[in-house]
Amino acid sequence: MNKCTERIFNGLVKENPTFVLMLGMCPTLAVTTSAINGIGMGLSTTAVLIMSNMLISMLRKIIPDSVRMPAFIVVVASFVTIVDFLLEGFVPGLYDSLGLYIPLIVVNCIILGRAESYASKNPVLPSVFDGIGMGLGFTVGLTCIGIVRELIGAGQIFGRQIMPDSYEPLTIFILAPGAFFVLACLVALQNKIKNHLAKKGKKAPQNAGCGEGCASCAGRGICGGHLVSDIKKEEEGA
Amino acid sequence: MQELLLIAVGSAFVNNVVLSQFLGICPFLGVSKNVKTAAGMGGAVVFVITIASFVTGLIYKFILGNPNIMGGELEYLNTIVFILVIAALVQFVELFLKKSMPPLYNALGVYLPLITTNCAVLGVALTNVQESYDILPGVVNGFATAVGFLVSIVLMAGIREKTEHNDVPESFRGTPIVLVTAGLMAIAFFGFSGLI
Repeated sequence: MNKCTERIFNGLVKENPTFVLMLGMCPTLAVTTSAINGIGMGLSTTAVLIMSNMLISMLRKIIPDSVRMPAFIVVVASFVTIVDFLLEGFVPGLYDSLGLYIPLIVVNCIILGRAESYASKNPVLPSVFDGIGMGLGFTVGLTCIGIVRELIGAGQIFGRQIMPDSYEPLTIFILAPGAFFVLACLVALQNKIKNHLAKKGKKAPQNAGCGEGCASCAGRGICGGHLVSDIKKEEEGA
Repeated sequence: MQELLLIAVGSAFVNNVVLSQFLGICPFLGVSKNVKTAAGMGGAVVFVITIASFVTGLIYKFILGNPNIMGGELEYLNTIVFILVIAALVQFVELFLKKSMPPLYNALGVYLPLITTNCAVLGVALTNVQESYDILPGVVNGFATAVGFLVSIVLMAGIREKTEHNDVPESFRGTPIVLVTAGLMAIAFFGFSGLI
């Protein structure tokens, strides 16, 4: 059981997909207009992640190595379709506000990334808990960003008025540019902590955002872990 | 004709794929370090999205959404079929270009494998179904969306080449300043919203 709690801690704190690994940026930016949307998207992704991790871990000895990517994609896409229908049937309000981003869970790097780097190499139970941990980490990340944007942009949290009436909401924060600004401040804060740690001589956790390195990106299987600029350089050299 | 033009302007500028729909953020942040690579990536995206929206349009019209097959109830397979078709299509396009058009392959080749993980491609295919576009409007929508991507990634790369030499606060160096720039660009693109 110890290993299972370790996986959850790992997903929530040590390798938090939103704040540390910077994976799945598209939904992070797109659906965090309010805290409730953030939770909805996070929990849908968690459900898909748990199910796909479980199934892929069960099938890990059967799927041949050469076709593992398409196989993973089919598994993930099936669960996404199921979640899509469940949301449409039971929470139509949330379904309408998340819209196109529910089917797009398929191409969320977190899910394929966990399938590739954890579930395909580990037994079922730890994989399920890895899914729970990573999913909850993602949910917490999205909800935090959602709370900040909703508070500044509408003066509310979870639809409840928090700010006094004299507060004039900065609507820009629930529009597209606000997403970029909030995320920018967040990454800057993270950089500050990292620089601070580096000065103290401690080893800072590796940033694996798509822009910086692809250590934990799902696309690594395809691009081989090279940034495009590096590939270009190699080709020019050769 | 007017309808097609409206679709094109709408998806290229008003609802810009990166700056207002947040699709394809990964390549937008990752491959925008200089204008040349950004243009290459943008070109490859235009190429793939246009073909993909044509092929997925055909598949939807004649198989998945066809009322004569299973009474048109195959729509629930959209996501699964589209993502597989797109992945296969990208591989196929790469092989085809390598064999028959080496100059084009040299220009776009390295970017093609990265496009499978670009959610804009699947996003366009699904939008076409949601808006029930026929094949021609679907292809126009795809092409225009991709042009919107090309425009924004090239603009971003141009700005980034300049900000490299600016005196940016230490914590904001790297990704944060790029995100702030993207936010300002998104505000600028709001200016297009009066067009339609």
